[in-house]
Amino acid sequence: MTTSLRTVNPKARRGFSITRPRKSAALTVVMLLFLIYAVVPLLWLVINASKTQADLFTTFGLGFGDSFALWDNIVATFTYRDGIFLRWLGNTLLYVVAGAGGATLLATLAGYGLAKFTFPGKKLYFAVVLGAVAVPGTALAVPTFLLFSQMGLTNTPWSIIIPSLITPFGLYLIWVYTIDSVPTELLEAARLDGASELRTFFTISLKLLTPGVVTVALFSVVATWNNYFLPLIMLSDPAWYPLTVGLNQWSSQASGVAAEPIYNLVITGSLITIVPIVIIFLFLQRFWQSGLSAGSVKQ
Amino acid sequence: MFNLNKGPRRGRGAAALAVAGLAAMSLVACSTGPGAGAGAGSASDLDAALEKGGELTYWTWTPSGEAQAEAFMKEYPNVEVTVVNAGTATDQYTKLQNAITAGSGAPDVAQIEYYAIQQFALSEGLLDLSSYDFGELEDKYTPSTWSAVNLNGGIYGLPQDSGPMVMFYNTTVFDQFGLSVPTTWDEYIATAAKLHEADPSKYITNDAGDPGFAQPLIWQAGGHPYQADGTDVTINLQDEGTKRWADTWNQLLEPGLLSDIPTWSDDWYKALGDGSLATIVTGAWMPGVLESSLPEGAGHWRVAPLPSYDGSAATAENGGSAQSVIKQSKNPALAAAFLRWLNSSDESVDVFLENGGFPSTTAQLNADEFLNATPEYFGGQEINKVLVDASANVVDGWEYLPFQVYANSVFADTVGQAYANRSDLNTGLLAWQDNLITYGNSQGFTASE
Repeated sequence: MTTSLRTVNPKARRGFSITRPRKSAALTVVMLLFLIYAVVPLLWLVINASKTQADLFTTFGLGFGDSFALWDNIVATFTYRDGIFLRWLGNTLLYVVAGAGGATLLATLAGYGLAKFTFPGKKLYFAVVLGAVAVPGTALAVPTFLLFSQMGLTNTPWSIIIPSLITPFGLYLIWVYTIDSVPTELLEAARLDGASELRTFFTISLKLLTPGVVTVALFSVVATWNNYFLPLIMLSDPAWYPLTVGLNQWSSQASGVAAEPIYNLVITGSLITIVPIVIIFLFLQRFWQSGLSAGSVKQ
Repeated sequence: MFNLNKGPRRGRGAAALAVAGLAAMSLVACSTGPGAGAGAGSASDLDAALEKGGELTYWTWTPSGEAQAEAFMKEYPNVEVTVVNAGTATDQYTKLQNAITAGSGAPDVAQIEYYAIQQFALSEGLLDLSSYDFGELEDKYTPSTWSAVNLNGGIYGLPQDSGPMVMFYNTTVFDQFGLSVPTTWDEYIATAAKLHEADPSKYITNDAGDPGFAQPLIWQAGGHPYQADGTDVTINLQDEGTKRWADTWNQLLEPGLLSDIPTWSDDWYKALGDGSLATIVTGAWMPGVLESSLPEGAGHWRVAPLPSYDGSAATAENGGSAQSVIKQSKNPALAAAFLRWLNSSDESVDVFLENGGFPSTTAQLNADEFLNATPEYFGGQEINKVLVDASANVVDGWEYLPFQVYANSVFADTVGQAYANRSDLNTGLLAWQDNLITYGNSQGFTASE
């Protein structure tokens, strides 16, 4: 798509331009509604993480309770059942580093290779990857479970890490990004100077690809961090649970015979769970934006 | 308000779908007939296995699970039991069904609620324990819990707890509005109307549509909606007893006398704490939950027998679990020996009692110390007398479906619609029945009305 300047009315009143558009009351209201929609649940989470369970059951949801127990809740979350929450946090980190890290590496190598090299079967391979983008991971969870179960891999960290390594969408993104931002002439110059393909990749191409790689990494990190369904069916030993499945277990122990509700710990645990992902997002969001818009404007 | 349970519920729905996919492969296994007896030995094997020792994995969500396993290992130091909390109820069944279908990854012993035992027994998941002479243990248990594990001519587990239904009521609310404790459902409906009229923010109880609540009440009403004979299944959710429940419950549902707060949600605990729900109709295991999870309710709650349809003392079982030996176990004799100790020895059941459980063993239920207890939480009432009375009055002959876990998972889509619209429950029951017959036939059963 090309950005056309002709859409801007030259007779528009002074003070408005394409970089400083006219303010729209309706749009502002819509945006404020979306802001409330996004912020209120977060606010609720922060407020209620500061309540004891008794306060949770007796005080208004968006107001503070009779006591401020945030610190007590955090301590209790990390010490409940011999500190299983810390173990879950460690598991999630393991799955993110190994799974999302590996996924990013593989997607980068494969996407770059597909964009810059020709080899037999390339078109078929690319068609398969594109087709795989359309298949939701949830649909593959049960077949993957049966497969892994035959291989004796269920209930091990491998059953989470191996499926997380594959990200067809990430591969596709890197392919698009490589075509746009790594000029073939540059690679030819490097080859003429005698650089090996690997050296060219690591010293030249990778630097040009950084925004794309970070975007793929962010996608994978968020997907792995929030992964719920795959670990739910793969794992039965709570010692290997990630935070998502573990928190659900805490939440569901509020029901049935011998119910032991720990809603205050579920809420505090949820708050602790989203903090790292919020930090990662704030830290890397400029890459996210430039990565997302890659290929949308022809230069 | 925000309902914390909504997220997990959705997750459970997805998990139910997954288990449905796997179950498609597993439930038909029942056509080979139950109790092939693979791996089963004789009673003398059990003591030998305990002597020899070995390792066991035990899946449970019972709070006393760890403590019981530790007591066991102290007595039998050669055995190592690993206790795993693989999830509560349906979360665990999904994993268990998956592991059984996959042929590996299941524990040696697992906790299974009574309503789900038939399903796991028929899908060849559980070991028939009759060859270990477990039949001799029958006298130790209440008749209703024993009949829940004694299925298709086999013994597929040993009962742990039981949940004969009773009515808990908030005496402060009852006094405030001058209500008397209802003994029949007609009185219950009148009390509900009187309370809600006097204070529209208060309800007699909550019911957002819960199969674990509706079915025991159908049971109490004398309904026998499910009958299974091998793979022939009859489902009639319009039999006399079932209609009796639906017609009674309609009188609470249609005029809006029931709160629609989902049971076990944070809102529900809140409503119990602030007196907006005046009664809880549930199993005899509830005192332990109230005392540990609702400290602000201390002194307000009392126990009464379940209101009746016709003045008789009939009641039903709500909840409760057995433990079963999984057929996959590599050491079935040791697993059976552990199970025998877990659910029939005094040492183990006492640990269970200390943790607030309500047992199924008559020795503990009829002990004087238990019967004469006067917990302060219940204003010094001798509540166990009421609860134990109920355990003797459970209507016999109730059967669950051989695909009850699935059946419960689609209750919300069918009968739940009648709850949501406050319309005739009979219509919802018919929709449920159609769904179950279609599903049963797709699973290799011959299901009919």
